[in-house]
Amino acid sequence: MHIVDGALSTEVLIAGTVLAAGGIALGLKKLPMEKIPVAGVLSATFFVASLIHVPIGPSSVHLILNGLAGLVLGWAAFPALFVGLLLQAVFFGFGGVTVLGINTLNIALPAVAVFYLCRHGIASHSPVVAAIWGGVGGALSIVLTTILVGAALAFSGDEFIPAAKLVLVTHIPVMAVEAVLTGFAVYLARKVKPDLFAGVEATAGGVQ
Amino acid sequence: MGHLVSSGPKVLVSADTVSANSVLDGLDPRSRIAAALAFAILIVSLKSLTVLALGFGLSVATLLATRLPVKATLRRMAAMDSFIVFMLVLLPFTVPGEALFFLFGFPFTFEGLLRAVEIGLKANAVILMLMVLVGTLEPVTLGHALHRLKTPETLVHLLMFTVRYISVLHQEYQRLRAAMKVRSFRLRNSLHTYKSIGYLVGMMLVRSVDRSERILAAMKCRGFNGAIPLLGAMRFSARDAVFTVVSALLAVTLVVLEWKIGAAY
Repeated sequence: MHIVDGALSTEVLIAGTVLAAGGIALGLKKLPMEKIPVAGVLSATFFVASLIHVPIGPSSVHLILNGLAGLVLGWAAFPALFVGLLLQAVFFGFGGVTVLGINTLNIALPAVAVFYLCRHGIASHSPVVAAIWGGVGGALSIVLTTILVGAALAFSGDEFIPAAKLVLVTHIPVMAVEAVLTGFAVYLARKVKPDLFAGVEATAGGVQ
Repeated sequence: MGHLVSSGPKVLVSADTVSANSVLDGLDPRSRIAAALAFAILIVSLKSLTVLALGFGLSVATLLATRLPVKATLRRMAAMDSFIVFMLVLLPFTVPGEALFFLFGFPFTFEGLLRAVEIGLKANAVILMLMVLVGTLEPVTLGHALHRLKTPETLVHLLMFTVRYISVLHQEYQRLRAAMKVRSFRLRNSLHTYKSIGYLVGMMLVRSVDRSERILAAMKCRGFNGAIPLLGAMRFSARDAVFTVVSALLAVTLVVLEWKIGAAY
C-alpha cells in the first residue's frame, strides 16, 4: 500500500511529513536507551514479516502486520515502521522519498490506534480472549490504513477517488487474513511469553 | 515483491562495501543523501512532461555513470511500477477532459493519459536516483551519515539495530520455515496455513524479544553509554564541491526549461 512520488498534492505531502515527524518524535521520546535494542529487533522482525507472502485465492499478498506492531511497540511503532519504510525505499526501491512521511503516517497511526483500543483486551487473563482482540486489532489496522491511503489520494485530486475505492475493496481479503494471523500470533505469544505485550511502551513510559 | 525477497535482504546482509561504482565512491555520503533528497523535491514540483523526461534521463545517466548492474536495477525499479500500474491505468478514465475513445462506455481522456505519464515519470525518476545515490551506500554508512546530518541519535540507533538484525532474523525465519517444510507444510488457501504462519510470526516475536534482552545485557556489560562511536571521517572534499556545483547547474537547467516551456507539455 505504498504511495509513490508524484501522485499526491503538495499540501497532503507537507501535512503527512509534519504529522509523521510529530509521531516519530513522540515515539522516540518514549524510548530510553535501554529500550532501543528491543525496539530495533522488533523493527527488524516486522521488516522480515513484511517479506512473508501468504496465498489469498488465486493471488498472494505480503503481510503488513502494523496492528501487531502497534500492540507490541505502542508509540514506538512510529519510528520503528519509519525505519522499515526508509530501508525499503533506499535498498529495495519501494515507495518514494517525498512520500516517506505520509506512508509512515498511513501505517503507523493505525498501529497506535490499535494499541490504545486493544491493549486492555490483549491483557485479558484468557489467551483466547486476547487472541480475539488481537484479531480485531489486525483487521482494524488494515481498515484504517486503507482509509488513510484513500484519504491521502482523494485529498490530492478527485480523479483518484475511484482508485481509492478500489484500494478499499481489494483489501477486504487482506483484512481477513491479517486478522486471523494476528489473532494466532497473539495467542502463541500469550501462551509462550505472557509479558510480551507489557511491551516496550508500558515499562518504558509507565503508562499502564 | 516475491521475486525480490531473495535479492532483497542480501543487500543488507553484506557487511563490506559493494564498491560497484567508481564515480560515487569518493563522494561524501552526506552529499549523496542531500542530492537525492533535493532531486526528489525538484522532480515532484515540476509539471512539464518534457522536463520530467529529462529528469528521468538524468537518473538513468547517473545509473550508467556508476558501475551498478543496469538490468537488475531497472528491474527493481519496474517492480515498483507493478504496484502503481492499476492506479495509472485508471487515471485516463477518471480525469475529466477530451475523450480520445470509449472503452465499455467509459471515456479515455488525453488529459488523464498525460497525468498518468507524469506520475509514472516522477515516481521512477525519484526512486531510481535514490537507489543509485543512496542505495549503494553500506547500510551502516547510511546510519552514520544520517547521524552527521543531525538526525536524532535514538532514531539512528534504531536504524542501526534494524539493519543489523534484519539479516539475523531473516535467517531465523528461513530456519523456522525449513523446519515447517520438513514437516510437510505447504502454503495453501486454508485456515491451517494462516494459523501456522500466525504461530510463526508469534514465535519470531517471542524469540526476538528474548534476543534483545541478551543484546541489552551484552551492551550493559561493555558499558554502553548511548553515544555512537563513529568509524572513519566524512569530509566534504573538492570532489563533493564539483558534484554539488554540477548538480546545482543541472537543477537550474531543469527549472529554467520548465519556466521556458511552461506547463504546455
